[in-house]
Amino acid sequence: MTLVAENLTVTRGYRTVFTGLGFAVPEGGALILAGANGAGKSTLLRILAGLLPMETGEVRFGDVSLRADRGTFVDSVLHTGHLDALKPAFTAWETLAFQADLYGASRGRIEGALEALDLGFLSDQPVRVLSAGQKRRLGLARLALVERPLWLLDEPTVSLDARSAARVAQMARKHCAGGGMVVAATHIDLGIEDAARLDPAGFAPGEAADMPVRDNAVLDGEAW
Amino acid sequence: MKPFLAIIRRDLAIAFRTGGGGALGVAFFVIAATLVPFGVGPIPELLARIAPGMLWIAALLACLLTLDRLFQADVEDGSMDVLALSPLPLELVVLGKCIAHWLTTGLPLLLAAPVMALTLGLPEGAYPAMIASLALGTPALSLIGAIGAALTAGMRRGGVLTAVLVLPLYVPTLILGALAVNASAMDLPAAPYLMLSGAITLAALPLAPIVSAAALRLAIR
Repeated sequence: MTLVAENLTVTRGYRTVFTGLGFAVPEGGALILAGANGAGKSTLLRILAGLLPMETGEVRFGDVSLRADRGTFVDSVLHTGHLDALKPAFTAWETLAFQADLYGASRGRIEGALEALDLGFLSDQPVRVLSAGQKRRLGLARLALVERPLWLLDEPTVSLDARSAARVAQMARKHCAGGGMVVAATHIDLGIEDAARLDPAGFAPGEAADMPVRDNAVLDGEAW
Repeated sequence: MKPFLAIIRRDLAIAFRTGGGGALGVAFFVIAATLVPFGVGPIPELLARIAPGMLWIAALLACLLTLDRLFQADVEDGSMDVLALSPLPLELVVLGKCIAHWLTTGLPLLLAAPVMALTLGLPEGAYPAMIASLALGTPALSLIGAIGAALTAGMRRGGVLTAVLVLPLYVPTLILGALAVNASAMDLPAAPYLMLSGAITLAALPLAPIVSAAALRLAIR
């Protein structure tokens, strides 16, 4: 199973964010999306999740085409966005119980998922009393709850402390080691060997099309 | 089936924990219906005559009250992404949320309506028709309302726009519902109106989720 994207073009509003973007992620591989704010990292992740339509191009996971068979494609995907998708009135456990029922995962995995993100002691606390970092972790707990091969992570470590960020990086590494794939927009090093890097800004209209993979230039050169 | 029931359970739990369940809608319904005698004067014959229409208008507004948050809250906090990427088709997600909405707004109105009918002096014989018309018509209010709620789900202050979009679509349901009660109050058969009212609900049952889901896909883009 490989994730292949070819010739993607996307317009937001009246602005073409990128055009002719393509990449391939092998089984057990990872792709780190780097780039300045507005480069199109979140946009790309939402396209891969089937939430945004692509104007041109195609995304395939194995032999499943996103364009032709969105339903099957999306069943291989877990997406975590900027927002944690939490309801203040629910406890951490109830939040995951709903997600388990919705995604067809066993409720027996809830405890493990909470432990994986060090939230076990908050299991029966309502979401409204959690700190920003704890909410973030609960939002990410879906990754440990539901087994899906392709993880799409949009800034997963925002508002996490160093230890929690390391925990998330470790989860991503373990996922890849088990044959899963990760596409992540992140400014920290997830520590995945051989992770490819991609800056969507390299595919902005007018940019030279022969710079598909910028190395660390963007990360090192800017304030991030 | 399990994911579908999970949606209904979740929305019911949210309604009961944060919105007081159906209590708010019922309170609004009672107040709105109580205002009528103040407005038109305490003339029993007049009140009895306009009771069917007033009850239905009050029910309609009570339903509208909770509608704007039906999808908006989920779009705002990112839950809609999680719902949209679940194995459950978005159309069924919408249907589940409509059912939960009806259980917390339409159903309580059925229970409160007899009390308000008594207040307005609706003829006794018209009570069964009133309950039947609300039972058959209010699901359509939740379903059709979902379309308006979905269209405005991505907007910050979509509440008024939801009302403007949805109220005209409620007109057939309102006319048929009020006609059924009126007919029954005048000892005429209410069945034809009830059946037409039920037909609207049945038509909205598959159509509204399809339209709403399409609108929601646009809202989360």
